[in-house]
Amino acid sequence: MKIVKGQLNFIVLLHVSEIWIHKHMYVAGKTGRSVQILFPLSSLKLTTWQRQLRDHQASMIREGFLDDQFIQLQKLQDESTPDFVIEVITMFFDDSENLLNNMKRALEQSPVDFRQLDAHVHQYKGSSASVGAARVKNVCASFRNFCDTQNLEGCVRCLQQLQHEYSLLKNNLQHLFRLQQQIQAAGGSIPTIE
Amino acid sequence: MESRQLTALIVDDDVLIQMIHQKMLNSVGVKNQVVENGKEAIDIHRSGQSFDLILMDKDMPVMDGIEATKILRSMGIRSMIAAVSSRSVEEHMEEFMEAGVDIYLEKPLSITKLNSIIHKINKH
Repeated sequence: MKIVKGQLNFIVLLHVSEIWIHKHMYVAGKTGRSVQILFPLSSLKLTTWQRQLRDHQASMIREGFLDDQFIQLQKLQDESTPDFVIEVITMFFDDSENLLNNMKRALEQSPVDFRQLDAHVHQYKGSSASVGAARVKNVCASFRNFCDTQNLEGCVRCLQQLQHEYSLLKNNLQHLFRLQQQIQAAGGSIPTIE
Repeated sequence: MESRQLTALIVDDDVLIQMIHQKMLNSVGVKNQVVENGKEAIDIHRSGQSFDLILMDKDMPVMDGIEATKILRSMGIRSMIAAVSSRSVEEHMEEFMEAGVDIYLEKPLSITKLNSIIHKINKH
């Protein structure tokens, strides 16, 4: 029986089992021609994670959570600044929480200072646009219209929508970054989406 | 035919924008500095520094971008000033152009836009 150490390719494996060799786990399987192939389990996981990452990011773009600006940020990231996107997004999360809080407080005032409220929304629109947070940005645009017309009910609804969109975005991005970190820890490269 | 390295001044109070625009400028080889408002932009020029490109935000505390642009022009600063604003309302664009900016851009900047500005600067 031939034992071959190989890369994970698209091959059909039969009789797959786990083998431990020198403290590393390998997956063993036979191809149709009875060649036993060993490859590290880590590379199996890695490929899965890379695929999950690509799919997750593609769906975030498809569903409008992220737009091209996010891809621009990823393109700016390089070996000298490998955490650039995470740093920018972390800052965006801090900004978001701060601004959403400011908006909430502004709406609790009596009477509501719509100009002040609009200033917060305007700032949030700017920061969401700069990181590619498309859905958040779009809600901000509607929100600003309600501020202009001093429509309190509209503003309250928009804030709720904004909090909801931000929460969804944050969860999705954190999932994205977790996958990235898993891949990097396993020694893999992050696939980029064009 | 390699000219000296271009320099740019980012005038913006938004830390997120500062980070992103700095990275963009670094990625196209433009040496850059950041100040937080119009007054700091004036001060840095008064201290004797000059830049090929100034990226000027509009809404900033202490001194806004329109005011800062007017003063820089009155000081004789001929650098390319690009208004980089999240306000797309026409009225502000006119105000900015009258103050003396060379070009009005909406945030966020893109590498493509940046490259076309750099190309314009290099042509002079």
